[in-house]
Amino acid sequence: MAVLAEPVAEVTRSSLWSRAFESRNFLGAMFMVPAIATLILFLAYPLALGFWLGMTDTKIGGAGRYIGFENFVSLAKDSVFWLSVFNTIFYTVTASIVKFAIGLYLALLLNERLPFKSMIRAIVLLPFVVPTVLSAIAFWWIYDSQFSIISWVLIKAGLITRYIDFLGDPWNARWSVVVANIWRGVPFVAITLLAGLQTISPSLYEAANLDGATNLQRFRHITLPMLSPIIAVVMTFSVLMTFTDFQLIYTITRGGPINATHLMATLSFQRAITGGNLGEGAAISNAMIPFLVAAILLSFFGLQRSRWQQGGRD
Amino acid sequence: MTTVDDQSVGMSYLESFPRKFLRVYLPLGLIVFFLLFPFYWMAVATFKPDAEMYDYEKYNPFWIVHPTLEHINKLFFETDYPLWMWNTVIVSVSSTFISLFASVCAAYAIERLRYKGSRYVGLAIFLGYLVPPSILFIPLAAIVFQLGLFDGNLALILTYPTFLIPFCTWLLMGYFRTIPYELEECALIDGATRLQILTKITLPLSLPGLISAGIFAFTLSWNEFIYALTFISSSENKTIPVGAITELVNGDVYHWGALMAAALTGSVPVVILYSFFVEYYVSAMTGAVKE
Repeated sequence: MAVLAEPVAEVTRSSLWSRAFESRNFLGAMFMVPAIATLILFLAYPLALGFWLGMTDTKIGGAGRYIGFENFVSLAKDSVFWLSVFNTIFYTVTASIVKFAIGLYLALLLNERLPFKSMIRAIVLLPFVVPTVLSAIAFWWIYDSQFSIISWVLIKAGLITRYIDFLGDPWNARWSVVVANIWRGVPFVAITLLAGLQTISPSLYEAANLDGATNLQRFRHITLPMLSPIIAVVMTFSVLMTFTDFQLIYTITRGGPINATHLMATLSFQRAITGGNLGEGAAISNAMIPFLVAAILLSFFGLQRSRWQQGGRD
Repeated sequence: MTTVDDQSVGMSYLESFPRKFLRVYLPLGLIVFFLLFPFYWMAVATFKPDAEMYDYEKYNPFWIVHPTLEHINKLFFETDYPLWMWNTVIVSVSSTFISLFASVCAAYAIERLRYKGSRYVGLAIFLGYLVPPSILFIPLAAIVFQLGLFDGNLALILTYPTFLIPFCTWLLMGYFRTIPYELEECALIDGATRLQILTKITLPLSLPGLISAGIFAFTLSWNEFIYALTFISSSENKTIPVGAITELVNGDVYHWGALMAAALTGSVPVVILYSFFVEYYVSAMTGAVKE
């Protein structure tokens, strides 16, 4: 019996250590360390710090002090801030609607029987793949006041007589950046919706055909309901990306002319980094959060609702 | 969800060519033209001598009469462009690998170890994906400054994972879920440790997912702008997007040729990589949506 006792003791000793490694909770915690550490230090902490900074008068290179809601009070009286809110909403709403319309149309076209289909799909996605800033530089050149190719073509076609001042006039500039944003966003919407379309079983269409459904009826009663959950997710992402856009505006107009295209993101950059008022910039960023949450909820639940009404699961 | 390749609907094969041309090819062609024109314009401006670029009367703007490498030459030998390219490569590769490592561990733990509360952690990580960089960059700038990382590659390498990890983790969770649990149980019974299971079974089986996540993370970090613009100040530390937009514009003098050359050459590496892995890229992009 004494001979047997020793190995047993060893098993229990090693199993304390090894049992820790077999314990799912302990092991799970160990596996999570790299991701959680990074996300807490560089995502959760800055998010909290941002709330705090928005309530201070911190300048670059100096400690700030707590001033409560003073930043927000002064922003509420700041016409440039309200202009940027208007621009952001205008930019998000118009660009998202057009992106959805063209994106869905393009997805339906790509879902047809086509030669070189995978190649066309790969080409269509290009605007989404290349760095936004670099393609925005191309748009900047396309919108040049003296050498715009659009103006040149329109003049040659005899439709206009003078070069269009794309980026010098407030409304021209707004529409110009919206078009650039649509250009960049359409591929994302189209390709993700196409992936959704491909999951719809053809037998549904066959059944509808036998029942004598027209093209429009098939689209209205099969494609749209089957696609709506994916539409909800895609449009939520699209709205999110558009609302917080920074790169396009910064490259093409830098918020000009006379702040006419400033979005909240570019305004917060200008105030915080260019102007050095970290506190005020952070306050503008924080002001984006309620809009952001509202936009996400609206596009997500708005589109999910139509699915509930049709008797689908939530 | 299964993918159905054959989309032939009813009797569409009976459709005559002119009809299908009007219904499908024409609108498709117009949209593709709209999507590709800026690239064409970028390429034309890159190889066009200044004399042609600013003279629409004598030369048709759509063609190049005397192609030149002048702008590319200027870009590569008279600016810091090679350094920007180098920085972009270093930053993108390192942040992609860091994110992949952290995401593999996290996704495996959430999906397979299923520790207490793993569902909620998974959801929290997904919510992290919805936090946009444009509301994080100001406090992050303060943190980067405090840590003494300002104006260095490390500032970007450590902050890019904040938007890469949530995305990669979410994508890999989906892939891990498709691997039969029985495979792991067999290995457990045979005495394999969790680490062996991860490296010898789960990872090889989810290689497509790893490639997808890696390619997508790489292009995201290559394209990143706002952090690089905020955290980097000296020219030799900039990345391509930031360098192009801040260093190639002197006051009111725009070096359009060099700008376009930078835009074209800065896009080409991503496009080449993308062209090799289109399927992986698309599955990464649609992966998060189809969940």
